[in-house]
Parts: sequence; C-alpha cells; structure tokens
Amino acid sequence: MERGSKARKWAIDFGDGTSSREVADPPGYSRGASSEIEDASAARQKEKVEASWKQQKAWEIAQAPFRNLFMMGFMMWMAGNTVHLFSIGITFSALWQPISALQGIGKVFEPYKDARTDVLMPKLLFIAMNLVALGMGLWKLNSLGLLPTHASDWVSSLPPPQMVEFSGGVLSS
Amino acid sequence: MLSSKGWDPCLETSFLHCRHQEYIGKVTHAVFQTASGKKRVIVATEKSVVASLNLRSGEIFWRQVLEESEPIDGLQVALGKYAVSLSRGGSLRSFHLPDGSLIWETSLYTSPSPAQLFLLPSDDLLVLKQGIVYVVSSADGRLLWTADLLDESRLAQTSLSFEGKNIYVAGFSGSSIALFRIDASTGAFTTLKTTEPLNPSSFVLSSGVFAALDTQGDIVTGLMEGEVVELQKTSLATLLDSPVSSAQLLPDKIPGGCVLSTDGGSIFVLGLDKKGVEVLQQIQGPAVVSNSIVLDGTFAQSFLQRVNSKEIRVRVLSGKEWIETAEETVEVDPNKGGVQKVFMNAYIKTDRSRGFRVLIVGQDHSLALLQQGKVVWSREEALASVVDTLTAELPLEKAGVSVAEVEHDLYEWLKGHVLRLKSTLMLATAEEQTALQALRLNNADKTKMTRDHNGFRKLIVVLTSSGKLFALHTGNGGIVWSRFIPELSTKGSLKLYPWRIPHKHVDENPVALVLGSSHDGTGFAAWVDMLTGSVQETLALPYSVKLALALPLVDSSERRLHLLIDDQNKAHLYPTSDESLSLFEKYMQNVYFYIADKGAGQIEGYNIKSQIDSGEEGGLVFLSQKIWSVLFPKDSETIAAITTRRADEMVHTQAKVLGNRDVWYKYLNKNMVFVATVTPQDSRVGAANPEETWLVAYLIDSVTGQILHRVSHAHAQGPVHAVFSENWVVYCYFNVRNHRHEMSVLEVYDKSADGKDVLQLMLGRYNASVPFSSFSPRNLEVKGQSYFFPSTVRTMSVTFTARGITGKQILVGTIGNQVIALDKRFLDPRRSADPTPMEREEGVIPLSEGLPVFPQSYLTHAARVEELRGIISVPARLESTCLVFAYGIDLFFTRTAPSRTYDSLTEDFSYALLLITIVVLVVAIAVSMVLSQRKELREKWK
Repeated sequence: MERGSKARKWAIDFGDGTSSREVADPPGYSRGASSEIEDASAARQKEKVEASWKQQKAWEIAQAPFRNLFMMGFMMWMAGNTVHLFSIGITFSALWQPISALQGIGKVFEPYKDARTDVLMPKLLFIAMNLVALGMGLWKLNSLGLLPTHASDWVSSLPPPQMVEFSGGVLSS
Repeated sequence: MLSSKGWDPCLETSFLHCRHQEYIGKVTHAVFQTASGKKRVIVATEKSVVASLNLRSGEIFWRQVLEESEPIDGLQVALGKYAVSLSRGGSLRSFHLPDGSLIWETSLYTSPSPAQLFLLPSDDLLVLKQGIVYVVSSADGRLLWTADLLDESRLAQTSLSFEGKNIYVAGFSGSSIALFRIDASTGAFTTLKTTEPLNPSSFVLSSGVFAALDTQGDIVTGLMEGEVVELQKTSLATLLDSPVSSAQLLPDKIPGGCVLSTDGGSIFVLGLDKKGVEVLQQIQGPAVVSNSIVLDGTFAQSFLQRVNSKEIRVRVLSGKEWIETAEETVEVDPNKGGVQKVFMNAYIKTDRSRGFRVLIVGQDHSLALLQQGKVVWSREEALASVVDTLTAELPLEKAGVSVAEVEHDLYEWLKGHVLRLKSTLMLATAEEQTALQALRLNNADKTKMTRDHNGFRKLIVVLTSSGKLFALHTGNGGIVWSRFIPELSTKGSLKLYPWRIPHKHVDENPVALVLGSSHDGTGFAAWVDMLTGSVQETLALPYSVKLALALPLVDSSERRLHLLIDDQNKAHLYPTSDESLSLFEKYMQNVYFYIADKGAGQIEGYNIKSQIDSGEEGGLVFLSQKIWSVLFPKDSETIAAITTRRADEMVHTQAKVLGNRDVWYKYLNKNMVFVATVTPQDSRVGAANPEETWLVAYLIDSVTGQILHRVSHAHAQGPVHAVFSENWVVYCYFNVRNHRHEMSVLEVYDKSADGKDVLQLMLGRYNASVPFSSFSPRNLEVKGQSYFFPSTVRTMSVTFTARGITGKQILVGTIGNQVIALDKRFLDPRRSADPTPMEREEGVIPLSEGLPVFPQSYLTHAARVEELRGIISVPARLESTCLVFAYGIDLFFTRTAPSRTYDSLTEDFSYALLLITIVVLVVAIAVSMVLSQRKELREKWK
C-alpha cells in the first residue's frame, strides 16, 4: 500500500558523524591533515584512474545490449511464430527496449561524460547494438504476421463489386 | 407416420427463443365423438393428418401425420373407440381414440384411385373403390369379404346406401348406370336392371331408393327391389313449380331423400319413397349442406346461409317432415371468406332441450365451432400451407412513454432480476421457478410492437395457399393481423415481393406486393400494408405472371420497381408512373431475365428491347428479345434444380485470406445461376442402373448465357437440393452406387486479380471494387469436393446475417422433419487428409468422408416441423445472430448464431448478479484497506 512506501516520520541514525562533532577530537588528531598532505599527488593519480575507469565503463555500457541480443534471440525462438500472449509480449518488449534505450542514450552516458573521456565511439556502438535489437524485433513482428507486407493486408476488407447488369429468372415445368 | 404430442422443447428454459406451433391443415372429414368421456371431434385434412381435437377449446389431443402424397379419402369412428382412416393408396388405418396410437393397419390395394369409406350398421367397414367392395372387420382390420362388381372394369361416381341386410351400389359403367344389390353378410351380389337405359347427369342412392336427374330435366326414381328396377319419371318443373334450366343432385345423403340444388341457388329437400318423389322443404338462396345425423329415430341436417358479410344463418331441419327445428344467426369474422364445409352434431342442453353445434370449414381453410349462436373456437389452419414469406421491421419506438408505464416496466424488470438471481443462487422455490418460467416466456418486451435494439422483434408476413395473409410476431408467434383476399384463393401460384421497404421515411409502413397467377392466363396483384394488413390496392391482371423481377431501383417514395413478365415474355413495369419510366429507361439495357423450361430441357435468356404501345390496357409494357439459350440433351439430362443467390444477401468482403497470407478473390457474380441436371428417370421400378445415372452441375452466367463451369457426378440421382451463397454452391443428391446421400460444394474464385504488387495496393493503384460486368471475362478457378451426408434432405437453406461477416451455416431440413445447422467449414473444398500447419491455423478441418451431425446441431431440438417444406433465414440487427423460420404443416421459429453470440450477452445474463459482485468487491477492497492500515500501525508500534 502507498503508506508503506513513504519514508518514516522520524529516525535516528547513529552512524551519522554529526553527533561525534560535539565531542572534542582526541589530542593530536587533526581532521583535515591527512587529506591535505596527499592532496596534490593523490588527486592527480585518482583523476587518471577515474578517467580510464570511466572510459572502460562507457565501453562496457555500450556493449551491454550485445549480451541482451542473445537472450532476446533465444526468447524469440522459444516463443514461436504463432500469435499469442507470450510471443506478443516478448516481441513488444524486444521492440520497446531498444527504443527506450535509444531515447535515454544521453542519460546512460551522462556519468561518464567529461572533457577527458570520449563517449562518442561507445555511443555509436550502443546505437548500433540497439538498432540490431530493434531489427530483430521487427523481423519477429513480421514473422508473426503483424506487418502489412502482403496483398492480403490491404484488400482483406475490400467490399464486393457493384453489378452492372441485373438478371433474374424462373424454372417453369 | 409420426405421432407428435408430448414434450415440447420450446417450453424448456434453455430454448427460450424457439416457438413451435402445430397445425393440421384444411379439414375434409370430421366425425364427432361426444358419447362418452372427453368430448372431441376427429378430423382428417387435406394435408393427410388425422387428429383428435378438443371440442371445447379446439386444442389438439393427438395428431397423426400420414403420407402427404396419399390424401385421406374417408374417416369413420368404429366400435366407439377407433378412428379409421382410408388413404388414397388403399391403406386402412385404425387409431385408438384416447391417445391416437395405431391399432391396426390393412393394405387393401395399391392403385392410387379414389375410394369411399362407409361404416356398416354392423360396425364393420366398407370400402368402395371403382366397383370393388371390400368389407373389413373394424376390430382387427381383417378382410371379411370382397366383391368385384364389374370384373375389374371401372365404376365412376359411385353412390352407396344400406337398407336392412342389403347394400345398394350405383355408378356409371361406361356411359350407362349400373345398379347392384349386395348381401351385407356374405358379399353375394346381384346386378339389377332398369326398365329403360339411363344416362343421368347426376344420381343418388338413399335408403334403397334410386334417384337420378336425366338430361331432359326429369327426375327419375326407382325402388331397388327385385331383379328389375321400375323407373318413374317426374318432371322437375312440375315438381318444383317453377321452370328449372339446370339442377344437380348433391352427393350429401339424406336418408329417405335427397338434396337438389338448382342453378338459381335454391336448395330443395326431396323425399323419396315407393310412391315417388315429393318436395319436403325448400331453402331459398345458396346454402351449404351438412351431413345428416340420426336424432330420435329420425334425421336432422343443417343448412348454412350467409346473411351478410358478417353473419351466417344456421338452419336445422329434422324429423320425417323436415321441419325447421332450430335457427340461429351467428356473427363470424368477415375475414374468413365463405363456408365450404359443414359438419353437424347434436347435444342435450342443461335444460334437457336439444342443441346443435356445427363445425365449419371456411374458404380460408379455417376451422370454427359454432354453438348457441356464437363462435366457440376457431383455428387458423391456413397456416399449415404457407407458400411464401417476407419479413417486416416493426416501427420505431415512440418517444413519449407514460411514467406509470416506465414504473411498471421497472418494477417488472426488478422483479424478474430478483427471481433470476434467486434461481441462480438456488434459493428459488418451485413456485418462483414457474413464475420465472412464465416471465421468460411471456416477457412483455418480447411481444412489443416496436423495433428492438438487437433486431429480434420482427413481423413475419406469410402467404398461404388459401389466399390468406398472416403477420406473425417473432416474439411469441402470435398472429398480429390476418387478411383473406378471396381473389387469390383461385390462383395457382402465389408469391410475395417487398414493394416498399422504407429507409428514409421511417415512419411510413412497409408494403408487400402479392402476386397470384393461374394457368388460365389471368393474374392478380394486391398491395398490402405489412404492419396493419390493410389492402391498399388490388389489380386484376389480364395476363398470367410467369416471372416478377424486383429491380434494384427505387423511386422517390421508395417504391421498388417491379417488372412482371407475362407468358408472351412481354415485360410490364410497375409502378406505372412517369418517374419510374424515366428511371427504368436509363437502366433498361442492363436488365436481363431467363426462363428455364423443364419440359423442353432448355434455358433461354432475354433482354428488354423497347417500349411498346400497350393499347387500351394502359401501363408500361416492354418487348423482350431472346439473346441466348442453353439446350440440354433431352435423352440424358433433365433440369433437376436451379438456384441463384438471394438478391439482398450481404457480403462483407470479396477477399478470402488464407493461412499463408495469400489472398483469393471470391467471384461474387450475382447473376450466376447454378443448374443441376440428372439423367431422366425410367418410370419402371428398379430401372435405375447405377452405371448410367449422372448428375451434371453447371454454373451459368444468366446475362450472357456463358457456361462458367461444368462438373458431372457419376452414379448420382435426384432429387437435387441446392443453396447458393456468396461464391459457393452446396448441393445434395443420392449416390446410387454407394446407396448414400452426398453433398457437394463448388467454390468459385476470380484468379484474374492475382499477382498484384503490395506496393501497388498500398498506393491504391489497383481498385478491385470497380463495377462488375458479365461481359468482361474473368479467369475463374472452381474448387469442389463431395462428402457423404447421413440423412435424407427435404429442403436446404443458408443463414444470412446483417453484414455477412459471421460464418455461414447450411440449414438442412431432413426427412425426419428437423432442421440441422451444418457449419459451412465442413463443406470446405480445401479440406485435405493432412492439412498443413498454416491451414490448420486457418481452421481447415482434416478431411473425412462423411459430414458430422452432432446432437447439438439440431435447431429444432426435439420438435418436429411436420412435412417441412421451407426454411427461411432472416438477419437480425445483431451481426452474430440470424432468425430462422421453418414451415410445413407446423411452424417453427428460432434463432441461431453460426459463430456463437460473440457480440452480446445471453438474454438470461444475470445483471443483478454482476452488480452484486461489483458491490461486494468494492466493499471488500474498502474493508481490507482499513484492516491493512491497522495492521501496519500495529506492526510499527511493536
């Protein structure tokens, strides 16, 4: 129920550092000293690591749909080619996933985007992967017979033609 | 021979919408049985039905339907407990009076010649057939003796009377009269001679006295005694005291006398005895004479006369002197025409005086009982001989309805739902159950005279062979109006046409055109309002109508243009207005018609050439010219059946999409005609050689005469029944070699539109719905297949729905007088032993040699529509549903949903239960919400 999802009205967090501030630091302990010393070198080191880590992560994310592809392919194969609830659901999720992924492409690469990291190539890979997934979805849709690619899809409700001539008759014995 | 009376499925809850009405047909013989127990009248009818009717209400106690091809020649009640009927084929059958069970049956002869049945004073039965006398014991049907009076030569117009131990027979043999005296116990007979040869125009035998009218206008009488009958001549003119140009002795027998009717319409009762002839009573004006009954040792007879259109005078004459003992004037329905037959019966009133009741058969085939000056009951027996039907939409509901009515309706509705709910929850008592039953059957909603949303309420206008029209309400089968048109009763073939079906002017009434035509070259047309039954206009036609075409043209007042083709193939256009003429002239070159002649073995096609001056007759008359003919070889093929599509059939689409997404175009040519020919039947019995009998099925374009398809079936024999719908024909016949009935299907597809590009279709380049002309040839493909059918077919029809989307059922009327709904999918020519997965997905059923008939596919359930002749299907407004009306001696109405009722809830659906379920669910949600909140709070405080 909605009540359960709400935050508690009040809580005490003993892990919070605020309360320790009220107690004086032990002698010889300086709160900021350690960081200040290593600041210069560590920061540089850290930045470098972070940048390469970010680049690696970006590539990882760009490749993520690839694993999905196999899973999707397997599921599609399992679902078969008849129109029923599962095949429809799987096909539409196969279509929806790449589309929603492509829509949110900016957000996905947001955390890794900065001056030093190049996210263009991962982005392109990501787009390509998703397009492949979308293509698979469309192919599945077609194999389910839901794409209007046959003549029958265009004439199925064709009204009967008007007759030019009129005729009637009788059987007399 | 089938007995029917017992369980009526239409009263069961599950078959609420079906109606079954039982009739017997026009009564030809009647015997009253009032002596003991239930008062009843035993009747025999033109439809070969023997029935026992309740004398107080006219209801059927029991009914036996005999072979229609063998009319009933006589009916007697023997030994006070058996009703004995004599059929034309010589079958004498005895039925037990209380329940109608067959006691015994004797076949006396096989020739289909008319005969008479008499009850001897010894309570044995006598059959007189063209000079052969059979006497049969009425206890067990044993033949006691037979006497061949003329050694196989024929005796025509026989008359017979009893006197003591003797039976007297008179009849024409060759050109002169022959008289016989037979000993009733042994059958020994003597031929009597007359003093002079006689060649009378009519004669009668009565109590041993012979009377005849000779050509000179004399009445000749003679006593049937000794070897030679001495004849006495009396001039009619002197006897009747007035000059008589022509007279006739009526076959109605009066003991010791005879009845003479003159051309002036007067009726004379003559007394006959040894001395001669005398006039006992005279009745002025035309009258109908009843049978005579024995009353206190003397006799009584009634005479019915029409006073005016509304009243009938019943006069009863009795006693030795034939004095008038009773006279009553009875008011009758003027809509019944004249009286054709009268049967009389006497009874003792509560004040010990004697009363008379008469059973009258009207010109409109109706049967009515008159007693004490009023009509006690009447039966509309014309409904046993329906020849054509038409349906009419009821008027739209008017806006203004009173509050009280609404409140009453609401109350009724609520009450019904409460009862229904109780019955669903099994809380209802037996009384409530019956109340619910009655409510369901006689739902006021069902019998309203307004249109309903689903289109279930309609009027079925039926035309009967008596010339009487009825409108039956589909809700309860009740007669809304009836109209007797006397001019139609003499016409041989009667047809109904929809003259005006209002679509724009919805507040106007639909009008039907009734056409009757006879072989003497005259016709009759009447325009009848389909909602009120009033005759708007009548027209005597100076020609007989061979064919009437309802053209696809309507004038500004929504009257449909009709073309009446007479026997000279001239076309008469109706309505005869300038507007219709100008409409027709524009369309004229597109009008064709064909005449199939069974005798000549040919079909001829005509078109309309030009208008001709109709002379003094007036009207719009056009000449036609023959443009094609199809001749069948006479020695090997005769036309057995011709079927076309129904003109008003709705087809949803012309494309048929297969499982592999291919598309086939149905060949929807409305002018296509199915013709089946069979090898002419050899008249000799058992002459049909299975190797030499063929059925040839043709599909012919009736505009050009082109044979589109021809297929022949070996070892096949008629009768052939066929239905034609959309692009397919289903026909059935008998397979002589396999001794089984077969049903075949032909489906026609237009292959000339094949290979169209998807891109072209997408861009709308190809327009497959251009107007279709028979003169532009198409590349056709016909698929066919045959199956065995387990039952003999009487008639066939097919379901029609409002838009033609729903699947089709073939309605088969079987020899057992039932209607079977057979799904068209079983008659799919694409059925194969092992269908591909694609085909299976599409719903193609694997091939089997026979067509299955499931117990559920009987639309009539357990009811039998005796002598089933036709099945009519009418679309309801609800696409899934089709109304089915079957007629024979009985009428049957039901609804069918070929693909189930996918677009509506059942009528019995419990809305109350649904509402209560919803309310309970909402309450349950609210309660559980409160409970869960509380529980959560409790957990937080823990």
